[in-house]
Amino acid sequence: MTTGAPSTDLPGLDPAWSRSVEAPDAEGVTRTWHLLDNGPLLEAAGTPVEHTLLCVHGNPTWSYLWRRVLASAPPGWRVVAVDHLGMGWSERTEAPRTLAQRVEDLSRLTDTLGLDGPVATLAHDWGGPISLGWALAHRERLTHVALTNTAVHQPEGSPWPAAIAAVRTPPLLDLVCRRTTGFVQAATATVRPALPAPVRQAFAAPYSTTARREAIGDFVEDIPTTPAHPSFDELDRIARGLETLADIPVLMVWGMRDPVFSGRYLADLQRRLPHADVHAYADASHLVLEDRPEGVAVIWDWLTTSQTLVADAPAPVVPIRVDTTAPDDTAIVELGGAGGEITFGALDRRVEGLARSLHARGVRAGQRVALLVRPGIDLTSVLYAVWRLGAVAVVADAGLGLRRLGAALRSAAPQHVVGFPAARAIVVAAQVPGQWIRLGEGDVAALIAEGAAHDVPAHDLVSPTAALDQDGAVLFTSGATGPPKGVVYTRRQVGAQVALLRDTFGFRPGARFVAAFAPFALYGPALGMASAVPDMDVTAPDTLTAGALADAVAAVDATAVFASPAALDNVVATADQLSPDRLEQLRRPRLILSAGAPVPLDLLRRLRELLPGAATHTPYGMTEALPVATLDPLTLDAADPADRDRGVCVGAPLTGVTVRVAALRPDGSTADDLTSDAGVTGEIVVRAPHVKDRYDRLWATQRASARPAGWHRTGDVGHLDDRGRLWVEGRLAHVLTTPDGPLPPYAVEQAIESVPGVRRAALVGVGPVGTQQVVAVVVPQGARPDRHLARQDTSVPPDIARQVRAAAGVPVAAVLRRDWLPVDIRHAAKVDRTELARWATTLLHGRDAAREAYQHHPKAPSRRSR
Amino acid sequence: MRVLVTGASGMLGRAVADTLAARGDTVTVLQRRPSGVPYREVLGDVADPAAVSEAVAGQDAVVHLAAKVDVVGPWEDYRRTNIDGTRTLVEAARAGSVTRFVQVSSPSVAHAGSSLAGVGAGPADPERARGNYARSKAAAELIALGTDGDELTVTAVRPHLVWGPGDTQLIGRILERARSGRLPVLGRGTSLVDTTYVTNAADAIVAALDRADVARGQALVVTNGEPRPIGELIADICRAGGAPPPRLRIPARLAWAAGAAVEGAMAVSASVPGLPEITEPPLTRFLAEQLSTAHWFDQRHTREVLDWTPAVSLDEGLRILAAAHSADG
Repeated sequence: MTTGAPSTDLPGLDPAWSRSVEAPDAEGVTRTWHLLDNGPLLEAAGTPVEHTLLCVHGNPTWSYLWRRVLASAPPGWRVVAVDHLGMGWSERTEAPRTLAQRVEDLSRLTDTLGLDGPVATLAHDWGGPISLGWALAHRERLTHVALTNTAVHQPEGSPWPAAIAAVRTPPLLDLVCRRTTGFVQAATATVRPALPAPVRQAFAAPYSTTARREAIGDFVEDIPTTPAHPSFDELDRIARGLETLADIPVLMVWGMRDPVFSGRYLADLQRRLPHADVHAYADASHLVLEDRPEGVAVIWDWLTTSQTLVADAPAPVVPIRVDTTAPDDTAIVELGGAGGEITFGALDRRVEGLARSLHARGVRAGQRVALLVRPGIDLTSVLYAVWRLGAVAVVADAGLGLRRLGAALRSAAPQHVVGFPAARAIVVAAQVPGQWIRLGEGDVAALIAEGAAHDVPAHDLVSPTAALDQDGAVLFTSGATGPPKGVVYTRRQVGAQVALLRDTFGFRPGARFVAAFAPFALYGPALGMASAVPDMDVTAPDTLTAGALADAVAAVDATAVFASPAALDNVVATADQLSPDRLEQLRRPRLILSAGAPVPLDLLRRLRELLPGAATHTPYGMTEALPVATLDPLTLDAADPADRDRGVCVGAPLTGVTVRVAALRPDGSTADDLTSDAGVTGEIVVRAPHVKDRYDRLWATQRASARPAGWHRTGDVGHLDDRGRLWVEGRLAHVLTTPDGPLPPYAVEQAIESVPGVRRAALVGVGPVGTQQVVAVVVPQGARPDRHLARQDTSVPPDIARQVRAAAGVPVAAVLRRDWLPVDIRHAAKVDRTELARWATTLLHGRDAAREAYQHHPKAPSRRSR
Repeated sequence: MRVLVTGASGMLGRAVADTLAARGDTVTVLQRRPSGVPYREVLGDVADPAAVSEAVAGQDAVVHLAAKVDVVGPWEDYRRTNIDGTRTLVEAARAGSVTRFVQVSSPSVAHAGSSLAGVGAGPADPERARGNYARSKAAAELIALGTDGDELTVTAVRPHLVWGPGDTQLIGRILERARSGRLPVLGRGTSLVDTTYVTNAADAIVAALDRADVARGQALVVTNGEPRPIGELIADICRAGGAPPPRLRIPARLAWAAGAAVEGAMAVSASVPGLPEITEPPLTRFLAEQLSTAHWFDQRHTREVLDWTPAVSLDEGLRILAAAHSADG
């Protein structure tokens, strides 16, 4: 018998948690277990135990893995973290132990400990099956199940991870696991940032000799790779038993860079436990809680809170299917490339045909289908076909930038990827999982022909009005202020968004529009509206010319134009090349809709000269909730003080949308409670039937954004005025925290932009939170966007600096000149003020100070403003 | 209140004496030489116990500004005036009737050359402070604050880069060099630097006397709270003083090296008999750092403790400077 005890000076470990307990094993032999247990401390303090968290480590770690869980246990929580027999500081057994024995060993131990109150489980790696086996055997006291990088089943059709397969060859296994510390060392080597040496030594401490490492090899050998394996049946029993946990809250916290338990094991567990909450860390590895210690707080937060939602009144929902009331009318016209045109009737048949062929390829309800198809007839057809099957459309666009596009798709873990041939390279390079379905020129017809003979059982076709609370779509935030996040909409939420657009803008069957902005354009067929896709590179909005717009208007006699601000900017810039004929076409539209980024008033005015018949609406919203409000900014009266409030007026909240404000605190954080009081500046918080269901596999992010439950924190700051209109004043992440209080940037920037000679201004803060100095970055008229940053003169003539300071109305420490501002790739309109603040800090405080201040702010992809 | 002000022949000391007198306090000054101020003068050195005793006798409060402030010179001079002088003065104050003592110090006592952006006061550190002036002032501040007690409260006030009309130190040197074309801008001239207009510093010092009950025992950095890029600041000062703004640019690193070389040359010239002594260097490392790294401070605590805000803004100060210059010229 070899046991021992951890040394008392291991980093993060309170020696008072360490204890030895004797308990019978599965065969009734008394064994000495080592545990970390805060129970004795609670008892000594007279704190009653209300709840116990049972933590089970994997191979080759020990209960040290859970030290932060113990350290941050909330009042009333006892944490028991065991060392398996043969592992850590527990007794070494004579023979290897099977999975079934280990499950029973653990049960005998918890009986001995008298854990008869409510128990939650938390496990990692091969501790997962053992803890789940324990959970299934103790349903009467089980309250929660939490899992980190583990598996209960080898997903069909996928090979064993190379790392395991390699180590399973007997001589290598003995060498790596037992005779050397290879495996022990490797286990802690993947952590990023790298673990301090004392922590790695603490993980390796119980495994100092070959004899002490015996069970590490046993554990690897106990992975059942064939049905003949002694642990195969037990693992299978546990995997099958998971469906009985449907009423138990489950959380999975996952490191997606795990070379062993990669995303497909997470997907397998999600399939077995579809109700599970998931928080995935894209850049964390196998020991996820070592890579991301904040995951411990996520687990505690999840264990200790319950959110109850007050249901909203049912909202109107437009079923997502092709409206065929006028089957012979044109539905979509494509003006780019080879061109194309389709009627509503033909589109509907195409959708049905594609649905049949996708079903033949294995697409089923609830599965995710990533769509890498250029906007137009094909994208619309596939999207409606996916919904026809009750599957979930994953839509990412090139506006994310190629690298982030790949990462976004990988994180969504689609079962199928439908893409145009060139997208294949992105999918392969980014290791996006799922079946590849090619959709090149002519492939749609081939697919439809292929599926023609295939019968889809009626129950595999999902009515557009059914399964409304199932997932419908995953979109991605552009990530201007962080990595792209998947945003999940249910089918009901998608339908509610379409209904809101219809009701807000009076869209009726027979209406016709130009679709230069994909998101809204996809809904045309459901509303019976015809659309024309202009000749442009839809992945680069600023390639839309005035001529291409005029041609698209002419193609369907469009009454409305959907386009991004960057596209409209280019339309105005290319207007002087228009022939009188085409100019005449532009007189027809009655409405211009431009969403996605703020639209400068001056651009709208010039647009109005070009399209004199059109109201210029700029709906306000975000990927998570679009639209929230809308307004034609040209209807504001510059002479009315009420219309010259601070920030950008985006109009009154739309029907069914409630907007509140979480007031800004001096340090730039926001209050927990919401207010509807006019004039209070804070984070804009919205509630509406079409607000996202959740962030995808980002439980903690979702929870932080949904405060209170049912609401969405937009990350924008602004205020409501006394007419109930919403004014946006900037991004929360860009609020300056000056000694005089928090300062959102927009209002001051607008004031500075009124200075003659200043084309554009951005306001950033430098220095510590709460005492930041205000820096005005100005782009002068006649700036040269092609000039390299290092060659730019940052100084501003004294008289301009004086005027900028006078206009700003707040103390401005420095006025710096640039030839261009960094803006987002998707819209080329959102100024990356964090990057500007880093640049200003480098100039004003020096390179070292900037590096220190922004070490946790990775650079977002950006391009130059024009 | 009867208040002794040391160093009242300097710009800031004079402003403090005037501010106190204007509100009805009785001011005594301790001077090495007659300075012509309209207050009772005791002549003598701050390190001379006899002169100090005479000056302190009967006072309610002391504001100690007298110091050797030059950028270069032998350590012994700094030690005697700044360290011994402060010790002599606080000891005399404690022995006498004085209940409040304000030690006028410098932000440089707590910092060692690196960029300072929005920091608080921090403890004085004679080991790490750069240059003889800062090191001796750091030691002096520790002595003064170490004396703080119920009988005698001590507060340290650290005004940063004090300037105003009649200033021979900062403004005088900048203008003099600008006129002779010897004023370079270091680096890009964008380092953010805060300064203190003289009457604001004087008000803060008087506030430290009045608020001794809450301010005692603390060191408080005082500035205008209006940092500016150093190039812009110097150009503004030059314009106000009627001198041409600087054109020559020297990379910060090169300037630092040049400063070190100049200091070395000065040490050599002072120690080798027969060589002409260099007393007014074009650039020292200290000055190079001051002009090429950020120096501004979190003023929230200072303003709350002193219940004080600067009455004269940077722009107003520059206007006053310009008016004074055109009146002179």
